[in-house]
Amino acid sequence: MIKLIGLVPLFPLIGFIINGFFGKKMSKSMSGAIACISVLASFIVAVLIFMEVSASQQKSNVVELFSWINSGTLKIPFSFLVDPLSCLFLLIITGIGFLIHVYSTGYMHEDEGFSRFFTYLNLFIFFMLLLVLGNNYLIMFVGWEGVGLCSYLLIGFWFKNDAYNKAANKAFIMNRIGDLGFLLGIILIFVNFGSITFGEVFGKAASIPTATVTAIALLLFVGAMGKSAQLPLYTWLPDAMAGPTPVSALIHAATMVTAGIYMVVRSNVFYSISETASEVVAVIGALTALFAAVIALLQTDIKKVLAYSTVSQLGLMFLALGVGAYSSAVFHVTTHAFFKALLFLGAGSVIHAMGGEQNISKMGGLKKALPVTFLTMLIGTIAISGVPPFAGFFSKDEILAHTYEHSQLLWFVGSIASLGTAFYMFRMLYLTFYGKFRGTHEQEHHLHESPKSMTIPLMVLAALTVFGGLLGMPEFWGMKNWMSENLDPIIIRKNPSILSHETEWTLMIIAVGVAISTIYFAYQMFMKYKVLPAEKEADMKPFQRVIFHKFYVDEFYDAIIRKPLDAISQVFYKFFDKQILDGIVNGMGDITKWKSQQLRKLQTGHIGFYIMAMVVGIITILFFSLIK
Amino acid sequence: MINTIPINYYIMLSTILFIIGAVGVMARRNAIIVFMCIELMLNAVNLLLVAFSTLHNDANGQVFVFFIMAVAAAEVAVGLAILSMIYRNIKSIDIDLLSKLKH
Repeated sequence: MIKLIGLVPLFPLIGFIINGFFGKKMSKSMSGAIACISVLASFIVAVLIFMEVSASQQKSNVVELFSWINSGTLKIPFSFLVDPLSCLFLLIITGIGFLIHVYSTGYMHEDEGFSRFFTYLNLFIFFMLLLVLGNNYLIMFVGWEGVGLCSYLLIGFWFKNDAYNKAANKAFIMNRIGDLGFLLGIILIFVNFGSITFGEVFGKAASIPTATVTAIALLLFVGAMGKSAQLPLYTWLPDAMAGPTPVSALIHAATMVTAGIYMVVRSNVFYSISETASEVVAVIGALTALFAAVIALLQTDIKKVLAYSTVSQLGLMFLALGVGAYSSAVFHVTTHAFFKALLFLGAGSVIHAMGGEQNISKMGGLKKALPVTFLTMLIGTIAISGVPPFAGFFSKDEILAHTYEHSQLLWFVGSIASLGTAFYMFRMLYLTFYGKFRGTHEQEHHLHESPKSMTIPLMVLAALTVFGGLLGMPEFWGMKNWMSENLDPIIIRKNPSILSHETEWTLMIIAVGVAISTIYFAYQMFMKYKVLPAEKEADMKPFQRVIFHKFYVDEFYDAIIRKPLDAISQVFYKFFDKQILDGIVNGMGDITKWKSQQLRKLQTGHIGFYIMAMVVGIITILFFSLIK
Repeated sequence: MINTIPINYYIMLSTILFIIGAVGVMARRNAIIVFMCIELMLNAVNLLLVAFSTLHNDANGQVFVFFIMAVAAAEVAVGLAILSMIYRNIKSIDIDLLSKLKH
């Protein structure tokens, strides 16, 4: 069965080809069905392979499909690595991918670009699978770039809107910065190891100077920063919400943005060797978690709230990676994929019902009109806030416990970030579903629960969110932590908990206490005192204004990077390009033209003159050849 | 008897013929005369070839001359046809009037 791993990415590729070439000729239900079935088929194969890998002793299986690049010392076979880590990601990608495909058939039903949407979505699944399956950094990079491309295409899916195109460009360009780091990292690996295949590289990592390993780890992390939206390259992710909501759920919450975490876990050997790199990862992760959580507090766009929340959660995952808790990070990736996909799809359902409105200050009281959406989103919100026994609680608690072991300061930062999470998520929930309806009369009339194709994925995800925690029960409860046992063969440096059970209990109780009191605070604020987001900027307090404007990071980048770049470009354009380059090129042309003007006078058309010239020429040549 | 005449004479004669031809081509404007001058130059060369062929006892030169004469005959036929076409078009065979490749 493992030999058939090639089928997993093949099905979405076939779906992509069919939808890409014949999508326009097919009916909507047909192209939706092809897209869904192709992903479902991959999911089934992935489940079978996952079970086989779990059952067998052989944890790491390399399946070579064909020889890809064979040039001198550079030999790169096109091979897939099937191990517990890639299998887990396969399940997340194809499983959640399938649910989101089904959801999209409902969500995108009225859209004219229906088949185009599924073409891109299938292509995305294909590249994402390539990314996690590749047995060397190059295949991973191909997938990495491929998902970036699909992300670009899907953010700018409604290309008639100029702002959306700009958001797509922004995402692409920001990612390019990260990808350059990743590429340099790969080159550095090749130069030092003479290979980019995972097994060979990791085997030799210990014999390479630590400084080199640190450089490699940091360059790879730059790639992860771009793709997983960490400080300072995170600004593209909130703007990426321009894409259709299922895209935000699939690409910008559940799968693509976790590629950076996958890559760091895959390369955990480097990070285990290099303390510095790990420290950088942890600090950037913690800062991102806090920073994004603070920004999310005052956002009014429902998708922006979720986007900043995603950035913040990704920050937490990187914090876990930095402190060496790799399996906790993957655990959080998994649970986050469940509840964040759920929240995004729920938000999509709300937006669908509101006729495209995304501003939560114009919603309210949707509880009655959208019961299923409300209930599932409530579950997602509780889970992300870290209230037991939902999935988010276990993964977040595990991360914070490991962080506490490592550094109490980082633990504090992480805890504040998750406190913020609980607050802004409940703020969003209360503003959306409780209170009085604040939209227009037409919208109120239009309110309806979404069709079955949308609500069923919500329910499935809600179930996963409720029970997802079982994947990694805390060991100090005397339970099996399946996640960490499963990933054990992948992680080089083990990270057993050194905390006493009392400390772990204390940390857990603090976390839950903080979460619940924050939720109570949010309840008081939004339910009892009915605080609404300020309508006008003038009503805000100065610090609120700063947060509302996302700490002016975009403006800051604009001022320090884009504007100087524009100015330099202008100078180069006006001086270097216009004067020097154009001068040289035009000068060449002018000289040729002037010479030709002179020479054309020779061409008189008088035969006698031509013959004369010929005779004179021949005589001259003869003369010179004779006297030689 | 041919061998009694030194080769220098042949060279002189053919050079003179060639120069007459060349000057004629350059100086005259009547196309037929230009044409005749070209033939003169060709035949100057033929003469030289035959003379050297005899000098070296090598028949190759004479074979060449036959070829040149045959080709020259064909060339005359084509050339005269062109000339008659030119005359029909511009009612003149003055080559200076043919300075443009159009009417």
